[in-house]
Order: sequence, then C-alpha cells, then structure tokens
Amino acid sequence: MTKIKETYEKIGFPRLIIGVFLIILLVASYFLKINQANLWGSILIRFGMNAILVLSMVPGIRAGIGINFNLAIGIVLGLLAALLSIEWGFTGGMAFIIAILVSIPMSTIAGVIYGHILNRVKGQEMTVGNYIGLSVVSFMCIIWLILPFSDRSLIWAMGKTGLRVTISMEGNFGHYLNKLWAFPKAEVDPTTGLAQGFTIPTGLLLFFAVCALAVWLFNRSKTGNAMKVSGSNEQFAISNGLNVNRYRVLGTTLSTVLAAIGVIVYSQSYGFIQLYRAPLYMAMPAAAAILIGGATLKEAKISHVIIGTFLFQSLLVVALPVINVISDGQMAEIVRIIVSNGIILYALTRGGTEA
Amino acid sequence: MALLEMKNISKQYSGNPVLKNVDLVIEEGEIHGLIGENGAGKSTLMNILFGMPVIHSTGGHEGTMLINGEPFVPTEPTDAMNAGIGMVHQEFMLIPGFTITENVKLNRENTFASPLSRVFGKRLENLDRKTMVADTKEALNKLHMDIDEFVKIEGLPVGYMQFVEIAREIDKRNLRLLILDEPTAVLTESEAEKFLEVIKSLSEMGIAILFITHRLEEIKSISDRITVLRDGEMVLTQNTDEVTTLDMARAMVGRSIELSVEDRRDLSEHPLHMEITDLYVDMPGERVRGINLEIKKGEILGIGGLAGQGKIGVANGIMGLYPTKGKITKDGVEMKLNDPRGMLRNNVTFLSEDRKGMGLLLDDSIEYNIAYTALEVKNRFLKRVLFSDFVDNKAITENAEQMIKDLDIRCTSGKQHTRRLSGGNQQKVCIAKALTFGPDILLISEPTRGIDIGAKKLVMDTLVRLNREEGMTIVITSSELAELRQISDRIAIISDGKLHAILEPDAPDELFGLAMAGDVMSEVTS
Repeated sequence: MTKIKETYEKIGFPRLIIGVFLIILLVASYFLKINQANLWGSILIRFGMNAILVLSMVPGIRAGIGINFNLAIGIVLGLLAALLSIEWGFTGGMAFIIAILVSIPMSTIAGVIYGHILNRVKGQEMTVGNYIGLSVVSFMCIIWLILPFSDRSLIWAMGKTGLRVTISMEGNFGHYLNKLWAFPKAEVDPTTGLAQGFTIPTGLLLFFAVCALAVWLFNRSKTGNAMKVSGSNEQFAISNGLNVNRYRVLGTTLSTVLAAIGVIVYSQSYGFIQLYRAPLYMAMPAAAAILIGGATLKEAKISHVIIGTFLFQSLLVVALPVINVISDGQMAEIVRIIVSNGIILYALTRGGTEA
Repeated sequence: MALLEMKNISKQYSGNPVLKNVDLVIEEGEIHGLIGENGAGKSTLMNILFGMPVIHSTGGHEGTMLINGEPFVPTEPTDAMNAGIGMVHQEFMLIPGFTITENVKLNRENTFASPLSRVFGKRLENLDRKTMVADTKEALNKLHMDIDEFVKIEGLPVGYMQFVEIAREIDKRNLRLLILDEPTAVLTESEAEKFLEVIKSLSEMGIAILFITHRLEEIKSISDRITVLRDGEMVLTQNTDEVTTLDMARAMVGRSIELSVEDRRDLSEHPLHMEITDLYVDMPGERVRGINLEIKKGEILGIGGLAGQGKIGVANGIMGLYPTKGKITKDGVEMKLNDPRGMLRNNVTFLSEDRKGMGLLLDDSIEYNIAYTALEVKNRFLKRVLFSDFVDNKAITENAEQMIKDLDIRCTSGKQHTRRLSGGNQQKVCIAKALTFGPDILLISEPTRGIDIGAKKLVMDTLVRLNREEGMTIVITSSELAELRQISDRIAIISDGKLHAILEPDAPDELFGLAMAGDVMSEVTS
C-alpha cells in the first residue's frame, strides 16, 4: 500500500489523470482503426516541434520569474529572423542556420531589457509578462505592415509592403529539420506538417537534444546554481553575496533566446510562418506542457520538459482523430484549450509548492 | 474590593509551561507596573485576560479571574471590552487613510436611523458625524492633545498615534482598566514625559492602568505597585516605594537554575581580530546607532539586550545585509561595507536569526543547503569536465553525510528537503553550512530560538567545540541571557542602539538587569 502511495506521489495527480486519459485515447484509436503509424510518426514530430518552446520555460522558472508568459517577445524576434533569412535569399539548411544566428543577438538584447523591467515588478512577473506580451504582439502587428520586405512570397500580392498573415516556407527551409536524417522516409502533409506514415525525425529530435543538453549543463554549472538559488530564495541569495537581479536578467534572457530558437524550429516543422496575432497563443501551450511535466512555479527540470511535452502533444495528436470519429468538428480544439488552460489554472492555485 | 483579580493563572503551550500560578491584583484607579524579560509570560497573561483566540485554540488556561468580585470568563476580546478593559498595543492598530475621528470611533460609530436602515437593519444606519466629532474632541482634550480631529493618521508623528490609540480606549464610556503594552518604547524623551503625565491624570479620573514596560526608571516614577514576572512565575509584587530599581532588576533577571559556566579564560593576550568603529545599521525595528566594538581572536563574544534595542542589527550590519555606515576592520584591514560577498570572501560568515527566510533553501535538500555557500564563495564541490566546471554532487553528498553524523541531524537522508525538518535540525543544518564553509569569524544570531532543549544543548556544545578546537571566533547574539552567560567570554549589552556595557558572564544579576533596561549602573558596585 505504501508502495502504491509512493508511486502515486512520485507521478503526481495531473500526470496520472492525463496519462490515463492518453492511454484510453490510444486504446480507443486502435479500436476505431485509426492509422497507428501516422499517429506515432505525428507524435514524434509534434514533440520535436514544440519541445524547445517548452524548454524556454526552464530558465525563467529557475531564475524566479515564474512562467514566462511573455514568450511572445522572443517569438516575434525568432520569426523576424526567419523572415530576414528568407528575404536574403537563403534556402535549406543555410537558411535555417542563418535564421538561428540572426535571432540570437536580437533576442538577447530584448531579453536583457525585459529582464530589467521584471526586476522592477518583483512578485508580479507573470501578470506583467502577460500584458507586455499582448503589447508586443499588437505593436508588431503594425511593424509587420511597414517593414520594407520585398520578397514576393512574403508580402501581400497587391501593394509594395505588408507581410502576409501566413507565409509558406515551401521552397526555403520548410520541414528542413523534420526531413533531416529522418527514417523511414514518410510523406508530410503540407497543410498540417504531420506525418503520413511512421517516421523518426532524427534531425529534429537531435536539435532538441542539443538544446536540452546545453540547458542541462548550464543548470549544473556554478552560474546555473547561483541563478537557481537567486530564484528560490532571494534573502538566502543576498546573504550569500549573489546579485539576485543580475541572475534574474540572465534567466529571462536565456528564456527569450530559447523562445526565438524554438519558434524557428516550430515554424519550419509546421511549414508556415504565422505572423500578427499568432505569437500570442504560443506561450499558453508551452506553459501547460511544462506544468503537466511536473514543474512548479519555482522548480523546473529538463525531465519535466520531456515528459510534459510528450504527454501534452500526444494528447493533442491522438485526441484529434479519435474525437473526430466519435463526435464532430471542433471537439479536439476544445479539449486542447480545456487541458492547457485547466492545467495552468491548477498550477497557479497550487502556488510554488507542488503541482 | 479589587477591580481585577487573577488567581492561580497557569498556561502551557503544547506541554511547555509559560505561566505558573500567577496572581495579579489590580485596585481601582491605581497604576500597576508589570515588568519582565522577553518571554517571561507578560503577553500570554494579557492574552488570557483578553480572551484571545490563541488561548482557546491551544487548550485554554487554568485559574480564575474576578472583576469587582464577579467571575469573569472572557471567550473573545469583545467580552473584555464589555467588562471595561481596554488595551493599547505595541503595534498601532490604526487605519492610515482614516481621520482621527474615524479611527477613534471605528466600529463604534454613532449613528441615526435612515430609510435604508429601517428596511435592512441597523448595519445600514447613517453616521452621526457631529456626535462622533464631539466625542473625539472630548477624548483628545482629556489627553491634553491639541490636534484637529479631521487630520488623517498617515503622516502623524508616532507619538501622536499613541495618543490616538489611547483616545479610542477612553472614548469607551465604561473603561475601567487600560492596559498599555510598552507604550513609551516608540516615543522620544519629551513625548514620553508628556505621556506619563497623561497617564497620571487618567488614573486620577479613576481609570486603573496596567503598564507593561522594561524601562525600570519610568515604572518606578509613575506606578503605585509593581509586579515582576520571570519565566512564567510571579517573583515580586510590592508597593513601588518599597522597592528600588536594583531590586526590580535582580528579580527580573535572576535565575534559580545553576549555570554550567565554561572555564573562564584570560583574553588579554588574545590579539584584536575585528574592530568595529561607529557602526550605524538601518535595520527596521533593530536600529544600531553608533557602536564601537572590539572582537578578539578566539573569543566567544555574546551580544545581548532586549528586543528592539538593536542587538540583532549588529551582526546583520557587519555582514552588510542592511544599509550600514561606519568602519569595520579585520586583522587591521578595512572591510568594504554593505558587501556580503566581500565579508564571506574574508572568511566571515553569518547564521541569521531568520533561519527559514534567510538561512535555508527550504525546497532544496539538506546536502545542497550545507554545501552551497562554500560552493559559491570558495569554489568547492566543483569538478572540471573538459573545459568547464560542474557541480560535484558526489562530493556534496559525502560532505553532508559526515555532517549529519557529526551533528546528529535527524533526517531520513541528506536528500530530504529542509522544510520538513524540525527547528532544531534546521539549525544544525545551518551550523553544518558554517562548518563546511570554515570561517575565521562566525556570527550567529538567536541560535536556540524555537528549538527544543536537547537540540539547544547540542547547538551550544557545538559552538563551544568549534571555538575551543578549531579556534573559531564566535559572535553570538541572543535574547536568552542565561545562554550567553553560559558560553561567552564577554557579553556586550546593547540598549537603544548603542553599546551600553560589556560585562563578564559572572557579573551579578542586577548588573545585567540594569544594563538591559538601559539604566545607569553606577549604583552597583561589583
């Protein structure tokens, strides 16, 4: 009995519920004769597609700013970097690398500025972050319209400026990482970015692994430890002579940079760059995923990222066809919203202690 | 007949007796002084008198209370108020954004009926501001207060707030006994004088005053009778003119228990280790106002004094955790102020009185807590892998295992989070942290606060061992004088933010009593 209780405590209530729900869906999908190869190929792709965005939550939480609801600031800069890379005429792997290289300095500067703002609003980071996110996205709605891009695939068919709402990456670096060293080769649906048949997207997963390893090593370094201590007990950190504000800025910056990289990976995997209102809706699923994985508002590890992203994304992939068979149209989307917002609410009510 | 009689009052908190058979009698219209050290049981006694929920939720109390000969069993503060007992707390209970009138009349507003209240009941009656203002003026006049009743509380000098609190109490028509909890602690000297006059005139009006304080001179000059509490027992109750301040001091401090005083040492040969010159520390509630102190190599220096007098501020100031000015030198080298890291680098470490807030990472493991300071400041517990340093968890675990064994930290394993430990074991983790760091000078504040007797002994023994065997210089700040006298070589008494005296641990009790009360000590010849 104690063994069962111990295991239960280790898994935790949210993971248990979602895990059980996921298993029920998987079993149902088998009996509903839904193509299992498609399903598992898609799960792996969706995992790699979202994992870096989820990973970007880790430095923020560890530095004590809670969930970085203002991922949008990193996301818009990542998207801008991707657009510049296309505008400059790069294609394939080179376009991807250039996009990443351009995004890093931009998001670093933005992250430092945002970190300093957060130091002035201690205790309100998540609320303020949300509103800054809204402002940044709205501001960028104007900017997207007036930026002097000239590549015809990027701007509206009529007129001379103004970026499209959704930009196809076909022909430059769409699906670049998804296809890199993927085996067995499988066709990818151009509209959803999901697999038609089973495939292991080695390049995509490997790229996430490299990012995760970098964060893991950072967490084990002296600086990483100092950042964590600053985040978990400010008084303790000060009495150990740490400059708490500096480590908070560091955490915020790392989070912003990872968000920029994350959205480039996400976009190439999806096959489209989504501008205007889209960046607003990317922080919530990432926050939900890491919380499902077992992170709290005060503690986050790489394992939380992996478990959370896997559970959350599999749920979405499996729920879509299953619910479409047994019910109609919009149900899958509704399930996604309930799960992601519900889990964030659950974590917020639990405060910093456990989730 | 006495106004209030408390007979055989006893109270324990989870098995710890805090009051033992206390009798307190207050006559009509007298000024009665109640004195005692921190933790002597004064507040508990008042809580019982007021029927505070904290008493009932912890199992009630023994003994009886009589008011004018009638049994009095308060179950909530309102009962005490109805019986004519009022209290002015040490922390003001005033609403800053309200005017003086509104504060004085809070929840006792004069009202008249309105159409709304006729339908929905008394809570919706209109305020009768005219009467409220008139009443408030009357109360303020009684206190000789020359201030407009429509002024808001925020921005008033502290002394005035005190008077507003009293005005609120005397505005209650049935007030017969007014309890003042350390009323002069926050007042300047001239304010305090005026205040004492007001108290006298109140007692002439027939209101009995119970005056809680630790300023002996003050109580001597104003009260008719005094009662002294020590360790929950009533040790003295007498007419004031029959006792001297010296008697009061002795009664307040004297311990019946034997002190196992460590061997006295001659420190005159010990070189100067740290010199503090004109130190000011802006720590709220524990301000330090210009202290000169010499710390000798290898000594245990005790810092004592009453709460709020600044003793806690000294170590916090040395460490630079609160804004500090002055000069600190260690081994002749001047230290940078307000620089905790610089102090740590110079091998000075501090175990805060705020164990849970500042001393521990509650949601991290015991072993991480023990190792962290040494890791951060001294680069220990790191190992080099390829081109970068990483935290060496194995070394952290090994170090913690040794400490857990040496200090007898009761835990399931070193991986347990410190939040789950008892106060005593948390303190041991803090000491293990300091041990691992290996400082020259250890500043430790309130090391035994909130921990049980067994752990107390172990903590004190460990400190002595560190001092004797490792030659660590220790500066221990504590509210418990007995504890300081047990292990210190010298004891500095801080009063009103200044160094009042440096005493030998075996100096007479009355000397300690007077020093803590901030009184002149020339009348004692030791």
